[in-house]
Amino acid sequence: MNGDLLHIQDLSVRFFTYQGVVRALEGVHLAVRRGEILGLVGETGCGKSVLARSILRLIADPPGRIMGGRILFKGRDMLTLPMKEMRRIRGNDISMIFQEPMTSLNPVFTVGNQMEEVVRLHQKVSRKAARRICVEMLEQVRMPDPESVLRKYPHELSGGMRQRVMIAMELSCRPDLLIADEPTTALDVTVQAQVLHILNELTRARGTSVLFITHDLGVVAHLCDRVAVMYAGKIVETAPVDALFRSPGHPYTRGLLAAVPSVDEDREVLASIPGVVPGLIDPPAGCRFHPRCPAARKECEHLEPAGVEVGKDHWVFCHAGRGKVKGER
Amino acid sequence: MPSSTPRSGTDPTGGWRRFREEHAWQIREFFFTLHLLRRNPSAVAGFVIICSMVFLALAAPWVAPYDPIRISLSERLSPPSWHHLFGTDELGRDLFSRVLYGARISLRIGLLVVGIAGGLGTILGAVAGYVGGKTDDVIMRCLDIVLSFPSLVLAMALAAALGPSLRNAILAVAFVMIPKFARLVRGEALAVRERPFIAAAKVSGASHTWIVFHHVIPNCLSSVIVLGTLVVGETILIASSLSFIGLGAQPPTPEWGAMISVGRKFLMDQWWYATFPGLFILVTVIGFNIFGDALRDVLDPRIRR
Amino acid sequence: MDEGVVIRAEGLRKYFPAGASGLWGRRKAFLRAVDGVSFHVREGETLGLVGESGCGKSTVGMLLLGLHRPDAGRVLYRGEDILALEGEAKRRMRRNIQVVFQDPQSSLDPRMLVKKAVGFPLEVNGLARGAEVTRRVEAMLAEVGLRPEHMYRYPHEFSGGQRQRINIARALITGPRFVVFDEPTSALDVSVQAQILNLVKDLQKRRGYSYLFISHDLSVIRHVSHRVAVMYLGRIVETAPRGDLFQTPRHPYTRALMAAVPKPDPARRQPLALLPGDVPSPVHIPPGCRFHPRCPEVMDVCRETEPAPVEVGPDHVVACHLWHGTGFDARRRSA
Ligand SMILES: Nc1ncnc2c1ncn2[C@@H]1O[C@H](COP(=O)(O)OP(=O)(O)OP(=O)(O)O)[C@@H](O)[C@H]1O
Ligand SMILES: Nc1ncnc2c1ncn2[C@@H]1O[C@H](COP(=O)(O)OP(=O)(O)OP(=O)(O)O)[C@@H](O)[C@H]1O
Ligand code: SF4
Ligand SMILES: [Mg+2]
Ligand SMILES: [Mg+2]
Repeated sequence: MNGDLLHIQDLSVRFFTYQGVVRALEGVHLAVRRGEILGLVGETGCGKSVLARSILRLIADPPGRIMGGRILFKGRDMLTLPMKEMRRIRGNDISMIFQEPMTSLNPVFTVGNQMEEVVRLHQKVSRKAARRICVEMLEQVRMPDPESVLRKYPHELSGGMRQRVMIAMELSCRPDLLIADEPTTALDVTVQAQVLHILNELTRARGTSVLFITHDLGVVAHLCDRVAVMYAGKIVETAPVDALFRSPGHPYTRGLLAAVPSVDEDREVLASIPGVVPGLIDPPAGCRFHPRCPAARKECEHLEPAGVEVGKDHWVFCHAGRGKVKGER
Repeated sequence: MPSSTPRSGTDPTGGWRRFREEHAWQIREFFFTLHLLRRNPSAVAGFVIICSMVFLALAAPWVAPYDPIRISLSERLSPPSWHHLFGTDELGRDLFSRVLYGARISLRIGLLVVGIAGGLGTILGAVAGYVGGKTDDVIMRCLDIVLSFPSLVLAMALAAALGPSLRNAILAVAFVMIPKFARLVRGEALAVRERPFIAAAKVSGASHTWIVFHHVIPNCLSSVIVLGTLVVGETILIASSLSFIGLGAQPPTPEWGAMISVGRKFLMDQWWYATFPGLFILVTVIGFNIFGDALRDVLDPRIRR
Repeated sequence: MDEGVVIRAEGLRKYFPAGASGLWGRRKAFLRAVDGVSFHVREGETLGLVGESGCGKSTVGMLLLGLHRPDAGRVLYRGEDILALEGEAKRRMRRNIQVVFQDPQSSLDPRMLVKKAVGFPLEVNGLARGAEVTRRVEAMLAEVGLRPEHMYRYPHEFSGGQRQRINIARALITGPRFVVFDEPTSALDVSVQAQILNLVKDLQKRRGYSYLFISHDLSVIRHVSHRVAVMYLGRIVETAPRGDLFQTPRHPYTRALMAAVPKPDPARRQPLALLPGDVPSPVHIPPGCRFHPRCPEVMDVCRETEPAPVEVGPDHVVACHLWHGTGFDARRRSA
């Protein structure tokens, strides 16, 4: 508990739309510890981005509203902080990288202009000194020929280079927490490998905590210390990365792991999870996974499963959780 | 012989139910559009105006107290009163009745012009945008020539060349309006052309004509409807102007423009003669314009979702 | 020689104009999207085409489908040159070669009922009409795992996976022999991706279709393909049966690609292969071997001469100087 940098408690977020109330997050508990890389995995629309945005209070209201819960960052509840304080935290203590860096880079200014501006926002230095700092920042993310990159416009860079510029910018203010929302999803594998390498190196060296959002289990296994699995607006399992892959506790996690084709072995048929991800306007009662769950029981249909600790630091939110996993071991 | 609609039963309610099932999405979208429109004050205002005009036009034979072309020289140029709400003209015809019947004519002109120009313009634009290249150049250059003249001036020249009559005025205005639709649809068709479902249709063996009519045009339809609404307003204005200078509806047809044209001579002493038809033109045009604008906003997919 | 080959592509080349370069824009620049690609697909076989974004995979697919005309090269369907066909013969040929695109949403017209979206190929090709279309659409939907009542819905009422099923139904309804899948699962979630991959494989097993399966995801490629072709900057650099390719990749690029994929298994966590730099632009393709600026094994000859494809094993072809020279040399290096 004391190691927690960020502690999300019972967070609920809803979107009020014409079609109905979207229950995007419901009773989410999650902690990010100091210096760890926490992976957050889940399928499209399960609420990963909403969770990331609520931490920084970036949910547009309307239609969105944070219905309840607490987000403790260094012990202070971010949901009750005044907006001015919040803005200070956003720039200095918590940074965020998005899937498509084009959305956060301004297309009409050169990369150099934008980076200098960020540098000078936090440090009182001359333009020239700022320029030098920018070059250093780009060198840290292994950008070849940083000088020429600074003169370019965002659209002149490749996706991987843009993402590296973003990482350089976001890490320049030495945040305690970096939220990365699918930063490599749009990249090729060889470029993804570069970006993951840089991200890993820089954050480990500085002890920066990272909330790494992705839907790629390979990336999670490669990069993260701990994993939280999300399904339809809820966290269904959190575990150290080894435990998750070795003995997944939640039926959904197991299904997910079995559904990924492997580069290393030939599988004739992939196990697939039947059915489709439920809409969040009218999610199933009880355990939200029960209509697709091979292990569903009577109580799953109406009773929300509580967290069960099935191993050290390994929590599963499933009625069948405890028995199954113990039996398998 | 195989029937083309094997699932539709003979039971009429079953047919309706199936219609509702098959078109559930459109019905839902329609009500959603209504819902958005209801929250938009200018849409409501425009809608009320348009509906009243349509109602007055349809109901004119029952609502109008007098025959619009009945001459009663004893009552000529009498000011508004309970007998003649809007007064009478120089031949003693009841202006209120004439204005009501005028709504019939103006709306009919508007619909005809939008029908003709919208139909032709959509097809031309869809072909130009979808086919591209030389065809596009030729079609669009020709239409650009039309567009380079002010609509009113060109419509006047055409109407004059065709000879003064309501029918010719309609044709002239329709001709002038074609490029507006064509340009709009061409722009949309250019975008639709690049969507993967067009490639899929080509691979499946669909001809270009088939693609234009089944993919391109249906996807442009909502903007055509918006433009059509706006064009009805503009058309009414231009058609009245043509009648005003004697190139459109001929006496004794109770056309608003034509009425203003005559009433102008009496403007100093008999203000009501030109004022009421003018007011109706104004209100109708504004009604269509603000409704069209609101419709554009509401149908904008970025706002909807 | 072409016994059992459904599709053969020979020396396909497609250049796109890429604006003008040089002073006054005199010198025309070209984007060499596909630059001399040859391969074949056998009956009932899946050829996987893998490569990074922008390397020309989709363009190859488009050339087979007749959506682009190649600047050079031929496409043979069962020995017949399909680019030479005209009119009715061309239409009839096209029915045999169908496609499923990446984005299930935009490959369906949002304003078209599913029934029409799936059934129109029958009508425009004059294969069926009226009740017959309805019947065959129903049967086709059942085949891809959808229910008859789905016919009267619009695409946006379906999930991504269901939409992709609709696209597959549309592609298969005219009874093609060869289907191009252009990243059919990239836009889908893993759990849904598995359903679609299983469906695609299952259909092949039951009906004997041949596929060209395009993807940038090596694990997907491994799962569906019988043979795999690896593409880099407009060229195929290695072709091999699946087992060979994944066990003994020969081309340095193939190896790098495989070593860059993070494995979903923390127990075997190892550093990912890091290639230097980015993929060069297809407008400025490096001379010699086009991979040489990033290649960890680059030799002098690589910078000047383009490597020709050499056969290094049964059905296993590599275009790399490492494998040139004597067969002995080649074997020694692999050991
Ligand atoms: N502004 C909004 N208005 C209405 N609903 C929203 C809004 N933003 C998000 N949602 C809904 O909240 C849910 C969670 O969305 P979110 O973007 O967090 O998903 P995600 O897990 O990040 O998915 P992806 O992997 O596609 O990025 C979705 O069902 C989405 O429809
Ligand atoms: N119609 C076109 N006009 C001009 N350039 C094009 C066109 N189509 C493709 N290109 C270019 O050709 C190259 C190859 O594109 P292609 O779509 O075949 O790549 P890909 O391998 O399918 O990539 P991805 O994995 O991103 O789909 C790219 O650089 C692309 O920009
Ligand atoms: S030819 Fe040379 S540069 Fe090209 S891949 Fe082989 S070793 Fe590398
Ligand atoms: Mg997201
Ligand atoms: Mg592609």
